[in-house]
Amino acid sequence: MTADMSRGLNRIALSTVALVLAAVWGLPFLYSVWTAFHPEKFSANFQWNAPLTLANFAEAWQAAPFALYFLNTLILITIVLVANLILCTLVAYAFVRYRFRWAGLLFSLVMVQLLISPEILIVENYNTLNTIGMIDTIVGITLPYLTSAFGIFLLRQTFLTVPKSLDEAAQIEGAGAWRVLWTVYVPLAKPVYLAYGLVSISFHWNNFLWPLIVTNSPEVRPVTVGLSVFATVESGVEWSLVNAATLMTTAPLIVAFLIFQRQFVANFMRAGIK
Amino acid sequence: MNKRLPIGLAFVLLVLPCSLLVAFTHYPALRALANSFWNNGSSRRPSKFVGWDNYRAMMEDDRLAQVLANSAIYALGTVPLAIGLAIGMALLVNSKLPATGLMRLSFFMPTMLPMVAVANIWLFFYAPGIGLASQILSVFGLPPINFLGSTDTSLASMMVVAVWKEAGLFMIFYLAALQAVPANLKDAARLEGAGHVRVFFDVVLPLLRPTTIFVAVNALINAFRLVDHIIVMTRGGPNNSSALLLYYIYEVTFAHRDFAYGATLTVLMVVILGAMAAVQFWILDRKAHYQ
Repeated sequence: MTADMSRGLNRIALSTVALVLAAVWGLPFLYSVWTAFHPEKFSANFQWNAPLTLANFAEAWQAAPFALYFLNTLILITIVLVANLILCTLVAYAFVRYRFRWAGLLFSLVMVQLLISPEILIVENYNTLNTIGMIDTIVGITLPYLTSAFGIFLLRQTFLTVPKSLDEAAQIEGAGAWRVLWTVYVPLAKPVYLAYGLVSISFHWNNFLWPLIVTNSPEVRPVTVGLSVFATVESGVEWSLVNAATLMTTAPLIVAFLIFQRQFVANFMRAGIK
Repeated sequence: MNKRLPIGLAFVLLVLPCSLLVAFTHYPALRALANSFWNNGSSRRPSKFVGWDNYRAMMEDDRLAQVLANSAIYALGTVPLAIGLAIGMALLVNSKLPATGLMRLSFFMPTMLPMVAVANIWLFFYAPGIGLASQILSVFGLPPINFLGSTDTSLASMMVVAVWKEAGLFMIFYLAALQAVPANLKDAARLEGAGHVRVFFDVVLPLLRPTTIFVAVNALINAFRLVDHIIVMTRGGPNNSSALLLYYIYEVTFAHRDFAYGATLTVLMVVILGAMAAVQFWILDRKAHYQ
């Protein structure tokens, strides 16, 4: 009886700690949400009956070409995703299915990108882009990211688990290298493609430093750069507008997350651990 | 059974994709090394070979010394804190407490947001007077703190932002690891009379070690390559107090247009990351021998 009671008390105490931590963790975001949905005069002034409004969102949407920024981000992540899926598949396929001289060395060289990622090579990559005249273009933003060591690694691990017998059976039926890739390897890696796709989309939706350096005109800016240009408080933009713009630009990811929460979390785990 | 790779196929499968990788990873790294021995050219005066001059300038750069100290504090402060919090969060979310779904949402949400959005949210949170942080301080009758505007607090404020953004992601990895811990192992320990705390430290925590190594490596690399919040929130200031190495590279190169020194700093960055990777290999290697 007393053991039960103390366990119950423990449970209540632990629940309280957990809820307090969750609440504190959510505070900065909730504060931003509050301000975005209320008129400017309530931005730091909590009254439970303060009128809700969408005016901040409407005003922010008008104040900067966010529709264009969204379109640019969409083009950007599509190019990167399609290129990644194709190119990483090809390289992983070569490493798994064929033997060739210096395969081990080449694989280590590919894996170097996991450590020395494009983010830290901004100086020389900017020079390269300058030389080939790709500064201030969307394709220019995508170039360093088209082949991804992470994607190659992930797909190689997956392709290694494909049973050799399936590969051989397809060959006996007369399938060439491309048929085998398309009918045997790719279908078995579907969950990994999904996981990698989600990681890639959220990474490039969120990427900021490199697009900031490469772009200087609104026509090619992705949302992250557009948001930072809009939301410089020194330029006198009101906080309620800044918060509305911040939520607006992240809304698609938040909505996607709420809908796909379970798959998203499961995929993040799979993509990261193996 | 592995077949020989025909030359035509090799070209399509390897040469085309990998040449892109080389062009934007290996080439720029080597190019930075080469350029670090040359000075900046202009249209009238072409750049010329200067030997170790850029490196000599680097050794005498007081700002760089501070930036490196900041980066070390930032990495050594945020990584363990984020990992500790992530383990705690994973235990809570994995428990049979009520409202774990809500908790998971609250912990994981910051991970979904772009760092630029996170930076805006915290810029507002920290804002003197209007921000929630100073409102909470005033409720408790404490004097306001200018979190981002004071050299004493700016770096710590940036670290809080980084931990807030990253801990939720690490929690996911620990959640996966916790769910893989065999229940019978914990039951056995409990039968032997071990309490919850003992079970955690003696059974669960050792099983989490591979996850911790994986997370720590990623967190450490991230601490060096993510500076979006510095750009949006403080621009390294005030007085250099919150500048990190990558931010300094960005500033030197694109604000001061000193590409030669930017290349030299890039070499330093690559060396630091390489040293970290070497240490990591060494640790993993030693562990492998013990097991």
